[in-house]
Amino acid sequence: MNATLFDVSRRRMLGASAALGGLSTLGLAGCATTASGPSIGRVVVIGGGFGGTTAARYLKLWGGNVDVTLVERNTSFISCPISNLVVGGYKQMADITRGYDGLKALGVKVVQGDVSAIDASGKKVRLAGGGELPYDRLVVSPGIDFIWDQVGGLQAAVDAGSVVHSWKAGPQTVALRRQLEAMPDGGVVAIAIPKAPYRCPPGPYERACMIASYLKTAKPKSKLLVLDANPEITSKKALFEKAFADHYKGILEYKANAEIKEVSGKVAKFEFEDVRADVLNVIPPQRAGDIARSAGLVNINARWVGVNWLTMESTAAPGIHVLGDATFPAPLMPKSGHMANQHAKVAAAAIIQQLKGQAVNATPVVMNTCYSFVTARDVIHVATVHQYDAADKTFKTVPGSGGVSAAANQIEGRYALSWAQNIWDDMLAAA
Amino acid sequence: MTIRSSGALAAACAALALTTAWPVFAQNADLARNLAATCANCHGTNGQAKGDMKPLAGVSAEKILALWSDYKSGAQPATIMHQISKGYSDEQIKLIAAYFAAQPAAKK
Repeated sequence: MNATLFDVSRRRMLGASAALGGLSTLGLAGCATTASGPSIGRVVVIGGGFGGTTAARYLKLWGGNVDVTLVERNTSFISCPISNLVVGGYKQMADITRGYDGLKALGVKVVQGDVSAIDASGKKVRLAGGGELPYDRLVVSPGIDFIWDQVGGLQAAVDAGSVVHSWKAGPQTVALRRQLEAMPDGGVVAIAIPKAPYRCPPGPYERACMIASYLKTAKPKSKLLVLDANPEITSKKALFEKAFADHYKGILEYKANAEIKEVSGKVAKFEFEDVRADVLNVIPPQRAGDIARSAGLVNINARWVGVNWLTMESTAAPGIHVLGDATFPAPLMPKSGHMANQHAKVAAAAIIQQLKGQAVNATPVVMNTCYSFVTARDVIHVATVHQYDAADKTFKTVPGSGGVSAAANQIEGRYALSWAQNIWDDMLAAA
Repeated sequence: MTIRSSGALAAACAALALTTAWPVFAQNADLARNLAATCANCHGTNGQAKGDMKPLAGVSAEKILALWSDYKSGAQPATIMHQISKGYSDEQIKLIAAYFAAQPAAKK
């Protein structure tokens, strides 16, 4: 169907039917804003995280009659944001786990499974479990996968359970918590942080605070080593440094320019030293999720997907919209669940207009808020607002806008939890 | 709205205007909706906030604009809104305020 011509003709029919007393059933059905009329197109969404679920939800909210199929390998959504509170023992897995029922109730078809291939020319997604999903437009929101071979022995160590990454929320979150609980007082915990860019810039430092907070209360003779491949703390630096000094002195030791090379059992090997830990949390270097790579979408630094920011379409494959952590970011744009949610809204608006043959919004805006817990109650934030710059075809932060907390505070501790509640409801269409 | 239109958009609008009776700036309605959606992560879908966040649905545009202006100037103390408010233009916040004002009041 030629969407532009269809739209023009149906608008003429509406005009005609209004003039003639509404005789044109077809025309009226085509103009219906409820979900009962004919579909304007089929959209398949790969990935049920912050980006993919938001895209599915907003395609339904804004598009009405769009056929939306969401493919996700897990049975429920488990949030990375707030998962460090589970690591610290302040929240349970149930607190960060949500179902897809809200989306199903909106008419989103949720398919549990893996995607084996994307046939871009044939406009079909092949499912690992068999079957194909044809689409008019495709959304790929695959999150990150790990570059295992940059750290020798890491994948085998994670597979064996001697090292945890805990950088995808789920069983790995539980594993880290259990190892912390099992460790005797006087033990050593080590966190290795990869060079930026990685998912959730402040996340490793929040994790350090949560682990240190647990040790301080439950195992005060223990030590936490934070070994950072970066030259300094990559986000909210002064605020994290203050939290480390104010709350975790004598427990938490931070070391910059410490890039892990290899792991062997419970020993992490760095350029100049070996670190033996009872609990070893290595956050691996990251790239766009596997499906983006196998589909040929990764076209920047062999790690990320370049996108057209007006529509979020891959610069490698128009018609395929890529969201979230997998994208090569605009300047100062973080890899965060909040940003993936914002990407998804730009994409959903654009997809609906593209399906209708309309011009897309030429002036999109996205923004980011990221709250980090430095104690069980005290929180710090970083916020940015990004306006589209037509001349440079990218998002740019607005000079003078955004910033970080003046100091850690408990009011933002409440806001952080409300943020989670509201964004989970926004993306999952919870009641 | 600031129409910093690309040549392609202008051409597309012109083409539509020639062939149909569409208003040239038909996307204005969506622009307000799209801008307001950037607030939803904290303030809830269409402003229906839960928890400790302020609901915006059904709040009068005057009230939202006054508060916004106070956040921007610093007259109203804030944890974060003094920083976020400076990222949007006056035209954008007018669209956002009008959009939320037109939503049914939040249930909470």
